[in-house]
Amino acid sequence: MAKLDNQTLIGALQDQFGDEISGGEEPFGLLTIETSKEKILAVLRFLKTNKSLQFIYLTDITAVHYPTQPLGMAVVYHVHSLVHNVRIRVKVFLDEVKPEIPSATVLWNGANWMERETYDFFGVVFTGHPDLRRILNVDEMEVFPMRKEYPLEDPNRVDKKDFFFGR
Amino acid sequence: MNDLKSNITANRLVFDDNDPQDELVTLNLGPTHPATHGVFQNVLQIDGERIVSGISTIGYIHRAFEKIAEHRPYYQITPLTDRLNYCSSPINNMGWHMTVEKLLGIEIPKRVQYMRVIIMELARIADHIICNGILGVDTGAFSGFLYVMQEREFIYEIFEEICGARLTTNIGRIGGFERDFNEIAFAKIKEFIKRYPPILAEFEDLFNRNRIFIDRTSGVAAVDPETALNYSWSGPILRATGVDYDVRVNEPYSSYEDFDFDVPVGENGDVYDRYMVRNEEMRQSIRIIAQAMEKLEKEPKGLFHADVPEFYLPPKEMVYNNMEALIYHFKIVMGEIDTPKTEVYHAVEGANGELGFYLISDGGRSPYRLHFRRPSFVNYQMYAPMSGGMLLSDAIINMSSLNVIAGELDA
Amino acid sequence: MATMGATYDLARFGAERPSFSPRQSDMLLVMGTIAKKMGPVLKQVYIQMAEPRWVIAVGACASSGGIFDTYSVLQGIDEVIPVDVYVPGCPPRPEAILDGVMRLQDIVRSESLRRRDTEEYKALLESYGIHKHG
Repeated sequence: MAKLDNQTLIGALQDQFGDEISGGEEPFGLLTIETSKEKILAVLRFLKTNKSLQFIYLTDITAVHYPTQPLGMAVVYHVHSLVHNVRIRVKVFLDEVKPEIPSATVLWNGANWMERETYDFFGVVFTGHPDLRRILNVDEMEVFPMRKEYPLEDPNRVDKKDFFFGR
Repeated sequence: MNDLKSNITANRLVFDDNDPQDELVTLNLGPTHPATHGVFQNVLQIDGERIVSGISTIGYIHRAFEKIAEHRPYYQITPLTDRLNYCSSPINNMGWHMTVEKLLGIEIPKRVQYMRVIIMELARIADHIICNGILGVDTGAFSGFLYVMQEREFIYEIFEEICGARLTTNIGRIGGFERDFNEIAFAKIKEFIKRYPPILAEFEDLFNRNRIFIDRTSGVAAVDPETALNYSWSGPILRATGVDYDVRVNEPYSSYEDFDFDVPVGENGDVYDRYMVRNEEMRQSIRIIAQAMEKLEKEPKGLFHADVPEFYLPPKEMVYNNMEALIYHFKIVMGEIDTPKTEVYHAVEGANGELGFYLISDGGRSPYRLHFRRPSFVNYQMYAPMSGGMLLSDAIINMSSLNVIAGELDA
Repeated sequence: MATMGATYDLARFGAERPSFSPRQSDMLLVMGTIAKKMGPVLKQVYIQMAEPRWVIAVGACASSGGIFDTYSVLQGIDEVIPVDVYVPGCPPRPEAILDGVMRLQDIVRSESLRRRDTEEYKALLESYGIHKHG
């Protein structure tokens, strides 16, 4: 098979989706594209099922919180084509107050726990997920700890005297 | 399932409505495990000996590594990465250093890369020793574990000679190593290459053609490649199903392309295949270490780090005597060095699979966002769906063959 | 695990049979970081142990939270159960764990037989919320 390089890849994506995808930078050789939450499943399905691309391996799903930007929550998918040995990164920017995005569990079963982890830490709701609940933190926790406004240390701790720590 | 129940009630007298044979028992395979697998919980519903369904609960050792990493400078995150997969912590350290070096664009000399390869392969052997040894213990055979644990003690001695610590090693720095391997370390590595293959052969003698072991593990928890890829499996368990995906071969890092080794691949993905793949990987690791030792003979002696004064702390004599070194030392420790504002994803072949580091930098001293793609976490999500329909004893063997390390599961 | 292996043998000190059931054991070794999710489980295991029972907190994370000063980590298991011996280190060397077990043996040797019935001990358990049932 012909070697799939980033130029061919971005060309195939633009032929299929036109201007619904944007971005196209290549930090360290890894093509990064952005799309919207309405189109994300179509993009992932195209990447997975297209015979010449074959991105059948979902490497990772995670999120990043940018409180200073208007669309403050970015959900990042890393997908890998084992046949061509090419990776691609797809980002979706969501509103940080109520982030919702369709779940990728319809395409890959492996997205199950990755999305639960993203929900646990950032509060991103994946619509269509079979079992969206907290996975690593305590079930009764009400906040989403990885967001930037939440502190690292336990806010309810009483025995750590601020005076001795110079605060 | 239903046939089983109707057979039972058809061949015996019918009792009253509260017949216990019709109820399912809820068994809590709780967070405090008998064997040292780690803290995770499986609540199973069993019908006699057969599991009907199960739910996994994890997070009992969640230490919020990703949140801590946002508050620490790059060189202080290395001890955190140690504690991800604590059975093979040098691999995590090296992976993290390679990620940061990729971000900063640092070129590592060949000798340092070969030294890194030796350390990573030793750690891989250590992890597989634990996994296969504990698999033997779970089938009831304790002696094999004791034989190979002694070899793990020897690997601990090698690590101790190089960096001072046995288990959570914090080996290396961004740019290389903190000190060169001394003569004793090289002698011990040479001795290890000689003494380990016979002990591995003895361990295999106990298990490979053992009737009881084969009955316990062959055909148990067989997985086909499509399902494994759909669940994003990686590492020895994926290779046992027949897919030869190894990050060392696909995207060679740290000069793995200079080495000549095979990637063992299994056939049906059952527990016996996973055990055999791990044993064969240990043999290939010994091969790689022997080649690395030969290649090290040809490299200039004494070179153990890259020449990057902006990121690698200068030696103390120079800091006290030389103005430039003093300024670099100050800038590195205080975090005044500018880093590029970009993002990088780097994957290494951990002992359990593809260990990935996704790092977003905003130019400052600490990462803006650091995410670990942990192989145990991704591999373990298939466990609860997979154990439906299995016997309870098979499910225990299956869990130990997946080699789930609790530190990596929860991060 | 290495402590129980052949080189540093814990069995020499009387810990031949690592009992996997708390109901039949005397000493509880708590190793590793205990998260807040694990706290109630640990308390339950402690309650299941029969008197006389001793607890060793092995490692910096079990003693005081260690390097993980975060929202999800219990800062020392003595927030949920009473502890007799603390073994520092991250991870502690096998020799340190053996030393901790030997110190516990000194405590056991010198402890009064009526300690478990004293008011002070009962008050200690009450302060943790562990009620003795008769």
